[in-house]
Amino acid sequence: MCSLTLNTAANIAAPDDFYERLIDMHRDLSPTQSNTANAALILLLANHIGNLDVLAQAMEIARDDAMQVA
Amino acid sequence: MDKDYQRAVYAYRRSPDQDCAVPVRRPVVVVGAGPVGLATAIDLAQQDIPVVLLDDDCTLSTGSRAICFAKRTLEIMDRLGCGERAVAKGVSWNVGKIFFREQMVYEFNLLPEAGHRRPAFINLQQYYVEGYLFDRATDLQLIDVRWKNKVTGLTQNDHGVELSIDTPDGEYRLQCDYLVAADGSRSPVRNFCGLESKGQTFRDRFLIADVKMKAAFPSERWFWFDPPFHPNQSVLLHRQPDNVWRIDFQLGWDADPVAERQPEKVIPRIKALLGEDAEFELEWVSVYTFSCLRMEEFRHGRIFFAGDSAHGVSPFGARGANSGMQDAENLAWKLKLVIDGKAPDALLDTYGQEREYAADENLLNSTRATDFITPKSEASRTFRDATLRLSKNYEFARRLVNSGRLSRPATLVNSSLNTLDQDAFDGPMVPGAPVEDAPVALDGKACWLVPLTGNVFTGLYYHDAGRMADGTLKGLRAMMNDPLPVKPLVVTPPGFVPAKLAGLTVIQDSGGLLAQRYDMQPGTFYLVRPDQHVCARWRTFNLASVREALLRATQNPSDTTSTLARATCAA
Repeated sequence: MCSLTLNTAANIAAPDDFYERLIDMHRDLSPTQSNTANAALILLLANHIGNLDVLAQAMEIARDDAMQVA
Repeated sequence: MDKDYQRAVYAYRRSPDQDCAVPVRRPVVVVGAGPVGLATAIDLAQQDIPVVLLDDDCTLSTGSRAICFAKRTLEIMDRLGCGERAVAKGVSWNVGKIFFREQMVYEFNLLPEAGHRRPAFINLQQYYVEGYLFDRATDLQLIDVRWKNKVTGLTQNDHGVELSIDTPDGEYRLQCDYLVAADGSRSPVRNFCGLESKGQTFRDRFLIADVKMKAAFPSERWFWFDPPFHPNQSVLLHRQPDNVWRIDFQLGWDADPVAERQPEKVIPRIKALLGEDAEFELEWVSVYTFSCLRMEEFRHGRIFFAGDSAHGVSPFGARGANSGMQDAENLAWKLKLVIDGKAPDALLDTYGQEREYAADENLLNSTRATDFITPKSEASRTFRDATLRLSKNYEFARRLVNSGRLSRPATLVNSSLNTLDQDAFDGPMVPGAPVEDAPVALDGKACWLVPLTGNVFTGLYYHDAGRMADGTLKGLRAMMNDPLPVKPLVVTPPGFVPAKLAGLTVIQDSGGLLAQRYDMQPGTFYLVRPDQHVCARWRTFNLASVREALLRATQNPSDTTSTLARATCAA
């Protein structure tokens, strides 16, 4: 398996539209429902990406970021 | 009518060894007459090694323990002479259903692949498996079963092991060249050696209830996550022979293990699952916890740990008894060759190496299943539940659902007994893989490949046309008489009848599946170990290469300092 690199350069053509959709996904959801939606979204996208190297790089960045929060 | 193995009591008999002033010495002593100890004893006795089998009790397994036996275990039992009884009695199942909260999210079918003698799994109570193994063991003169013989201490030096054994007639001492400790998860032998099996104990409790039902219920595996009748926990329903269903209820760590066993607590739980009107009898109830652990090394000098004494897994995936049976088969042929002076002591080290590797694979699978079934954090539960919900409509999520990854034998890819491929091959039959079955014909009669291999080294040579080259013919015949004999099997494609090959066994690849599964081409040769694992393969047959691989697979040095190498190469 060739190892791929996570694309962290800008890749979304309409970033504001995407961000609006993301926030909209959570509209009127309780915190529990929001967590559920986030989990489902991650699972769907992870499957779409498929490559474990890429996913692992994203997870590492996400975890590092979370560790900086008190 | 089946024997009632659960109630059978076997008599203690005084052994003449107990009357000897000087401890008698035996080649092999096996401690523990469970499935692993029995399998080890049978395997050795079938190969002319006498075995003393000690058990501190006088009964076989009772109650609900291992229930799910994998194809590899059935193939091992076939080689040990009692596979047919297990398959005839066992319940075969293919359909599994996964439920989340109030609904079924999906159904799967194991869709058994055609062209294998044995099914992927059967469900069968452990006491039947032990009973069939025990019946077979009693047919073998070389097995001396000693009930009510409890090991109370041991010492070991470079030459052997001495055991102190307590019996109804008092203590006696017994020596052996090799000791196999198949004495279970609390292994007294392990304790006497001052050794530990280490790992993780899960803070959870499970209730097992075996119920005998009057009404018909399908032969399927049903797994519930967080069902309304048992909120926040999991439940597993599995069918066994004799109309007995095994139900596992996850209870959580705070459950009271004594109170939960009482019928007044158990019956309402079962009725919540089966319905108020269900008619059933309770056959067995127990509450258990489990650990995922293993010993650092399975070999300690002349003592070998096999089965639960060496490693413990969670029950999800049926990897306990099934892996123990693979321990037994891995050890038996190596002991046989070393005792016969045909392999050096180093071969016995590979028992530890190979089975420690396999144990890690089993532990990894069973720990992952446990983490899915019992999420350890809020985030873990959120993902688990999201996965289950998505699995109703999305195929990808079904692959993530983990209610136990069912036992598969380890492919020993990194084993030092393998000869690495020099030639290009496709498919799963890499060196280290257990052999895959295929329908074949021998003398015009339909039979199976796997039972034609085993006990000794076997060579599979694919021959599809014309006359066999003289060198090949001579080489295949010569192997049979080597100090480490190889039994050659000439495989021919469907419809091709070769010219008479005197002295060689010819099998026909009736459906072409053998060639397909092994990526066979004319001239391809596979070398198979006595425990039915591939250890080398080539695109062309070369006697010198086979002999070299054979020396490697037995850890014999290939230089001329080895008498065996000299004898092999001079042959």
